Amino acid sequence: MSQFIDIGALTDIPQRGARIVRTHGGDIAVFRTAADAVFAIDEYLGDKAGPFSNGIQHGNSVTDPIRNWIIDLTTGETVGTEDDVIPTYDVKVEDGRIMLAASAIRAKVAA
Amino acid sequence: MTKKLVIIGAGMASGRALEELFKLDPNAYDVTLFNAEPRGNYNRIMLSPVLSGDKAFEEIITHTAEWYEENGVTCRFGEKVVSIDRARKVVVAENGDEVAYDKLMFGTGSNPFIIPLPGHDLDGVIAYRDLEDTNAMIDLGNKKDAKAVVIGGGLLGLEAAAGLALRGVDVTVVHIMGHLMERQLDEAAGYLLKKALIDKGITVLCNANSKEILGEDGKVKALALGDGTELPCDLLVMAVGIRPNVKLAQDAGLMVGKGIHVDDQMITSDENIVAVGECVEHDGAIFGLVAPLYDQAKVLAKTLVGQEDKFVQKEISTKLKVTGCDLFSAGDFAEAEGREDIVFRDPARGVYKRLVLENNKIIGAVMYGDTADSNWFFGMMKDGEDIAEMRDTLIFGPAFQGGAPVDPMAAVAALPDDAEICGCNGISKGDIVAAINAGADTLDAVKSTTKAATSCGTCAGLVGQVLGLTLGDDFKMPEKETICKCSDLSHDEVRKLIIAKELKSIPQAMQELDWGTSCGCHVCRPALNYYMVCAWPAEYVDDGKSRFINERVHANIQKDGTYSVVPRMLGGITTPDELRAIADVSDKFNIPTVKVTGGQRIDLLGVKKEDLPAVWYDLGQAGMISGQAYSKGLRTVKTCVGTDHCRFGTQDSTGLGIKIESEMWGAWSPHKFKIAVSGCPRNCAEATCKDLGVICVDSGYQIHVGGAAGMDVRETDLLCQVATEEEAIEVSNAFYQLYREGAQYLHRPYKWIAKVGLDWVKEQIADLENRKALCERFRFSQETYQVDPWAERAKKGVDAHEFEPLADFTKVAAE
Repeated sequence: MSQFIDIGALTDIPQRGARIVRTHGGDIAVFRTAADAVFAIDEYLGDKAGPFSNGIQHGNSVTDPIRNWIIDLTTGETVGTEDDVIPTYDVKVEDGRIMLAASAIRAKVAA
Repeated sequence: MTKKLVIIGAGMASGRALEELFKLDPNAYDVTLFNAEPRGNYNRIMLSPVLSGDKAFEEIITHTAEWYEENGVTCRFGEKVVSIDRARKVVVAENGDEVAYDKLMFGTGSNPFIIPLPGHDLDGVIAYRDLEDTNAMIDLGNKKDAKAVVIGGGLLGLEAAAGLALRGVDVTVVHIMGHLMERQLDEAAGYLLKKALIDKGITVLCNANSKEILGEDGKVKALALGDGTELPCDLLVMAVGIRPNVKLAQDAGLMVGKGIHVDDQMITSDENIVAVGECVEHDGAIFGLVAPLYDQAKVLAKTLVGQEDKFVQKEISTKLKVTGCDLFSAGDFAEAEGREDIVFRDPARGVYKRLVLENNKIIGAVMYGDTADSNWFFGMMKDGEDIAEMRDTLIFGPAFQGGAPVDPMAAVAALPDDAEICGCNGISKGDIVAAINAGADTLDAVKSTTKAATSCGTCAGLVGQVLGLTLGDDFKMPEKETICKCSDLSHDEVRKLIIAKELKSIPQAMQELDWGTSCGCHVCRPALNYYMVCAWPAEYVDDGKSRFINERVHANIQKDGTYSVVPRMLGGITTPDELRAIADVSDKFNIPTVKVTGGQRIDLLGVKKEDLPAVWYDLGQAGMISGQAYSKGLRTVKTCVGTDHCRFGTQDSTGLGIKIESEMWGAWSPHKFKIAVSGCPRNCAEATCKDLGVICVDSGYQIHVGGAAGMDVRETDLLCQVATEEEAIEVSNAFYQLYREGAQYLHRPYKWIAKVGLDWVKEQIADLENRKALCERFRFSQETYQVDPWAERAKKGVDAHEFEPLADFTKVAAE
């Protein structure tokens, strides 16, 4: 069974906005789309790309603000660039609260 | 003794009420029916099929004289009731007869509204309301080369126009609003309808103001419009609406507003008098369509026999009875907060469907061209059904069962030659193929030879597909000219359409301009946002989510994710206090780098994102505002020291620079905009490589424009020379506004000038009236946009979510 941690209300992030979750192992970017879906990916891909929470969101994608890579939030795959994949984490909305998989934070800290 | 019921008016509503009454109790009342028209009851809404020749009058009679007779109704047709004596409970007929009643029913219907234009009483000016009007139109059709004008592009007016056209009459519809049937249709559907009517040979004039009806020998001759146009006609039909017929009720002292006031039981302010149909006003509403009248008739019949019932206003839908124009409209389809649209378009088939959703329920529907599913949608709308589950496929209707997406090329290949590709200009697939075979092998060539895709441009993609089909691999759709991959429109087309169609939000623009993606991309969204900011300064709500991060958090993102902060220093002038504040802020927030910029400002580099509001707060306390060094907008005005200190200075260049910057800071533009003011031709402020540069000379001020010193290096061109500071400021504002309104997003002025031509720019600025107007538009825009974004964020908490983490697990122990 995977555990989820309440990290805030859905309304704490505006639609098509994103905010970060700080961990000892680095930041995770949490996105809320125009259709109220939520996604969580690493804020940076090493020093190759990011900070993704600052990008422009469209559909289920975000555009890297510095390099214009387009990242598919559902898979972390980058569209139109090499084989880079941004790590993604399980996140869901329950009763208006955003629930992030506890494993995400463990993974970050272990990394 | 049987009670006496007197009815005034034999119309659809009173006829239906009688039917309902006889169903409940055929012997409850002795009924007397007065009717001013010399005949019984016919289905008024079927007059259009009579006009078009689809039906004979006999076929639309709903209640014949025999029917009334069989049901024991005393008919007094062709007789008017002139007054009512409520105290004695009698009605008085034209010939003086008095008829007593226990219950009196008003079914007086409505009168067509005649606009009191000069000449409205001429012979040949009619409404479209009864059989006489219909016959007048039918008779006109028998005349050779007959011409008619219909005022009113609503339901009735269009049915009249279509009927007349079918009878061979040359018809022009004059409509005061921007699109036809504006109460039932949105712009897109109204447009398709207009096109269909034009195809039927009807001339349609929207936004047309009727001024005067011209006559000759007491007979109508022409309609004169506000713009001076004269439309010759033998018959003028006014179909601009109806007004409840309340005169008699009013004279009798009943409560009357727009119509005769009735309660839920259809009882008027007199408990013995009831009313039904188009003459009533219930809960503020009046009724022109047939469905609610039938509901009222049912309730009224029950009231008359003492049963309980209640009239409830329901959603109603509209269909137009014009062959070949399938349209459907129901509910509310105005744009509003919290409402969403689902739109389906098939330009080639002329199909448009739009559902308006609120809280996962359909609250409005407009359909044109294919109304097969309208009843299904209407049913769900009336039932308030939750559509969340089927939202994705809802628009495809009940038959949707999934299936493979259709290859667009195959779909185009399957179109017949007469299929219309360009709706605006009526260009068919065959026309385009013929043009291609005659040598037009590019999109531009097809555009110029056929005019396809030259009006709204939404069919450019389809035209491209026809090119691809006809030419095979030889053809490549030009991509560079579109705004981005989400749309087939160019920047210029998008801008024009935003203004022409009054598009005032990004979702609306994407909807109306047939965007290929649900919410655009990082290329088109910032462009659209800017075009809206520029077009509708006072109304548009800036969409921060459509701005690049720098403009969203009002600082420049650096490669490590930190930000740089540049306070504004008007004209490059600072003070010891400002410098002290900058020094203190740098210490307090451990800002690693402090640098003097090329634009005569100070840059604080390496500020952490979450520190930004606090940094701004401290700078703000010392009187500093954002330098907007991150914006596609006015950046800096560089100056030299001018006459205050310099022995060569001809004018107060520093002072002028400060004035220009004070007026222009805060404005957004297609790209960054840099200014410099030099006090003499030695040009120490390097004004001749700026977007706008002022060179002061003994006789005044030279304004230079279109310089660049980036990837491209370009010297400015002289725009004009003026004598005074005020003029220099006005020209600067006007040029900036001209650029803001005209240039493509992300084009610096020099690129834009290369496109439109320096001569054209000069002409625009040389025209003093135009210059003033540009300047005024700029100043109007500045009323909204000249706001310090730092203060809003540092002190008022605007966009706080941008700067704070959602959660911070570094402050709790790691697991």
